[in-house]
Amino acid sequence: MGRKRIRLIEIAHARSGDKGDAGNVGVIAREDRFYPVLVQELTPEVVKKHFEGICLGDVDRYELPNIGALNFILHNTLGGGGTVSLKNDAQGKTLSSAMLRLEIDIDEQLLEG
Amino acid sequence: MSTTIRIASGQGFWGDLIDAPYHQVTRGPVDYVMMDFLAEVTMSIMQKQKLRDPSLGYARDLPGQIARMLPHIMEKNIRVITNGGGVNPIACRDAIFREAEKQGIRGLRVGVVLGDDILDSIDALASQGIELRNMENGADFAAIRERLVSANVYFGAFPIVEALRQGAQIVITGRTTDTGLTLAPMIHEFGWAADDWDKMAAGTVAGHILECGGQSSGGNFLGDWKSVPDLAHIGFPIAEASPDGSVVITKHENTGGLVSLATVKEQLLYEIGDPREYITPDCIADFTSIRLRPDGSNRVLVSDIKGRPATPFYKVSASYHDGYAAFGTLTYAWPDALEKARAADAILRTRLADLGCVFDEIRSEFLGLDSCFGPLATIPDEINEVVLRTGVRGKDKGHVARFGQELAPLILTGPPSVTGFAGGRPKPSDVIAYWPALIPKTAVTPTVLVEEN
Repeated sequence: MGRKRIRLIEIAHARSGDKGDAGNVGVIAREDRFYPVLVQELTPEVVKKHFEGICLGDVDRYELPNIGALNFILHNTLGGGGTVSLKNDAQGKTLSSAMLRLEIDIDEQLLEG
Repeated sequence: MSTTIRIASGQGFWGDLIDAPYHQVTRGPVDYVMMDFLAEVTMSIMQKQKLRDPSLGYARDLPGQIARMLPHIMEKNIRVITNGGGVNPIACRDAIFREAEKQGIRGLRVGVVLGDDILDSIDALASQGIELRNMENGADFAAIRERLVSANVYFGAFPIVEALRQGAQIVITGRTTDTGLTLAPMIHEFGWAADDWDKMAAGTVAGHILECGGQSSGGNFLGDWKSVPDLAHIGFPIAEASPDGSVVITKHENTGGLVSLATVKEQLLYEIGDPREYITPDCIADFTSIRLRPDGSNRVLVSDIKGRPATPFYKVSASYHDGYAAFGTLTYAWPDALEKARAADAILRTRLADLGCVFDEIRSEFLGLDSCFGPLATIPDEINEVVLRTGVRGKDKGHVARFGQELAPLILTGPPSVTGFAGGRPKPSDVIAYWPALIPKTAVTPTVLVEEN
């Protein structure tokens, strides 16, 4: 079976926001069959590495199998948080898009469905 | 006991679409409209407004919005619940009464919820041994006591329920949880017990879906934003709640936007932490129990929600003064746009250092290239233009002001092909920082007043 390298956006969508100086990124499988791929590929370590230089703290991951989604908390990410931060994206609104650039390997058959 | 009630989201933040609540009461049937105005630091802005003018300190759009809705809410017996009272719910109520009188409307019952504002009782609370440590980093409250700007307790649904019980047509609160605004009418209409945790959680989840207005009905939808029809006329979400705790999320017919599994999922995940522990004053909701099913066009059924007992604490949202900040931008054009912007940034930093200006932070971003993605950004070979955006933050207002004076001179004394300096020198603004804490529920008591004009 062939494997294919894709960007996460092909199999998932996302929404992000702020929780103090932490960003939250919810990642949702576009189809139920992609949820196990998210669980396997998007480990906290992989996400931490992806956000190197952006997320300066730990990454926590939570599973929501009921809606086929993962929730990530990226600690120490927003330059001090909403009101203190000097960032253009002080509230982490585009962390969702940044997450969806992450590249993963996926089974081609699974991708085609 | 009612069958189902329709609770409409009318406002997702202070500054949202002004006409949204009016459209909710005129474009189709609703029983309640909830309007959320308060983000974490909104109270500090309102506290400052109240200091300047004791008759202010609430969402100033609100009386006008209510005025426009009044004939409809009187005729159709719609009730409005909002936390737009900010730090002055009484003044907000009085402004609404004045609007009612202008229209010749008498006998309007308006309820206010008071007691969340603990700014004036902070020392008394401290003397009772209440610490108000920062719940994120454990820091001692004494570190910010002298710089405190606002301090409010997040109340839940029950003070609103009491106002509804006393016949209030409009309920104005200060710092009430966003979710409590939606849960309250369900408790009132369905007679749910306060310790029926699954029901408390059901109303809380419905509230979480409604609290950001159009963000659950197609706005800011990353799933497939091009598929969302007619965002210009977006219909804000409506929760059709049943006594058994199930809720259908929908919107009025003939409005734009989209309510789908995907739009609701995105909103469920917005700004949550551990999904098994969504903590409010009313319960702990378990977001991993939520079941979503399609229920026709622009209808999503939300059910099976589990909850656990509430904690013995209220959350406190305090804010304090933490220095000054200023921001400025300059636009650099091809050729070498990015190199020029980087050089300008370096020159600016050198000049500020030579002047002895000290900041907690200087941050420069290149808008159009990396302000969203930082090190993840891919930089194209040929850049037409880039905006240098520099911000400084520090304790010395003079140093922050000097930054504002040093930016424009870069146009004549720095790299070429630069423009976009409009609006004058960046001025220092107050930095108001956020201080979350916990307080025992026994230490504060909500007060409910319902009066008729």
